[in-house]
Amino acid sequence: MMNSRLVEIWVGIFVAAGLAALFMLAMQVSNLSTYSNDEGYEISARFQDTSGLKVRSPVTMAGVTIGRVKNIHFDEQTFEAVVTLRIEDQYREVLPKDTSASIYTAGLLGEKYVGLEPGGAMKVLGQGDEIRLTQDSLVLEKLIGQFISRFMDDSGDN
Amino acid sequence: MLSSLQRLGHNALGFFQRLGRAHLLLLRILEGQPALVPKFSLVIQQLYSVGVLSLLIILVSGTFVGMVLGLQGYNTLVDFGAEESLGVIVALTLVRELGPVVTALLFAGRAGSALTAEIGLMKTTEQLSAMEMMAVDPIRRVLAPRFLAGFLSMPLLAAIFSAVGVLGGYFVGVGLLGVDQGAYWSQMQANVDLYDDIYNGVIKSLVFGIVVTWIAVFEGYDAVPTSEGISRSTTRTVVHASLAVLGLDFVLTALMFGE
Repeated sequence: MMNSRLVEIWVGIFVAAGLAALFMLAMQVSNLSTYSNDEGYEISARFQDTSGLKVRSPVTMAGVTIGRVKNIHFDEQTFEAVVTLRIEDQYREVLPKDTSASIYTAGLLGEKYVGLEPGGAMKVLGQGDEIRLTQDSLVLEKLIGQFISRFMDDSGDN
Repeated sequence: MLSSLQRLGHNALGFFQRLGRAHLLLLRILEGQPALVPKFSLVIQQLYSVGVLSLLIILVSGTFVGMVLGLQGYNTLVDFGAEESLGVIVALTLVRELGPVVTALLFAGRAGSALTAEIGLMKTTEQLSAMEMMAVDPIRRVLAPRFLAGFLSMPLLAAIFSAVGVLGGYFVGVGLLGVDQGAYWSQMQANVDLYDDIYNGVIKSLVFGIVVTWIAVFEGYDAVPTSEGISRSTTRTVVHASLAVLGLDFVLTALMFGE
């Protein structure tokens, strides 16, 4: 029989390793570290088409993630989608008033994200403001449809 | 004709009697759990033989499973130019499925069979009866600490398996195949959810821990007290525990991830 002190030490190592593994899974593997701690401010943007965009999709400017999509809902008056963006606190009072928002796709098959492009205005966006200039999510079917109809028109002319 | 019907009935009755005995035993083991608090050294002893001694096989298999996932995932993803998603594939596969399931299968083979053989031999050599003679309840003294140790070890072992597997996938994907290191982790963090994926994986491993140890302890306690009986019980432990784990895994997956 091994002496009980050694057994206890080994069990301690085992339990510590198990807890460390759980901790690593929580912190390093999962999205816990990217959970927004409700800080920051919200701006909204209206789109005709947000297909593919999800809550928690990244909001980027110049390729750097500066916030996340907080909420997407449908406005039954204007038949538009209203997307609420939560921008991190460190970028408060930085984005110009005429910043434009577009929905892009990361790679050909990747996830959708909101890309912001700065304008030149001196005024800045604050809590609750709305982005006026938006560009919709690119829907591949529509694009192919347009392409085919144009192709048909062209061939008809000749 | 009649005798074959009788045999069928006999087997069915025997099956249900065993099932009933297993549940009664589980009830008595659970009743015995509060009494373990003052005698926690018994549990520590069992944590050593069930958990610590299983550590090596878990570490080695976790590393290799992760490495294989990295290799296979890379070869599939590279055709779509999506090898940045390798981290997601490795982590989700491990945390949701392979971590709990493979750990439970290894656990049944490594620790479950040992538990059954030990308890079965105690029964055969009448150590359990001797305890009863001394007014020591063998269920509380022998079975309860083993059950608790199995229940506690499984989630820890599964977490170690998954963590080591993710590192193994990292080693192959980033180290050998040249996936971008930042993409490996950031894509993983963006797509693995703490509640949906990791908590559910832990719940799975807790359930598997209960089932595997329960089967192992019951088979040992219910063994026919001969050398042949012990060998049969040990085999049954591994077979039944593995089947139970695979079956339950489907049910749990359907409950957790099927919407």
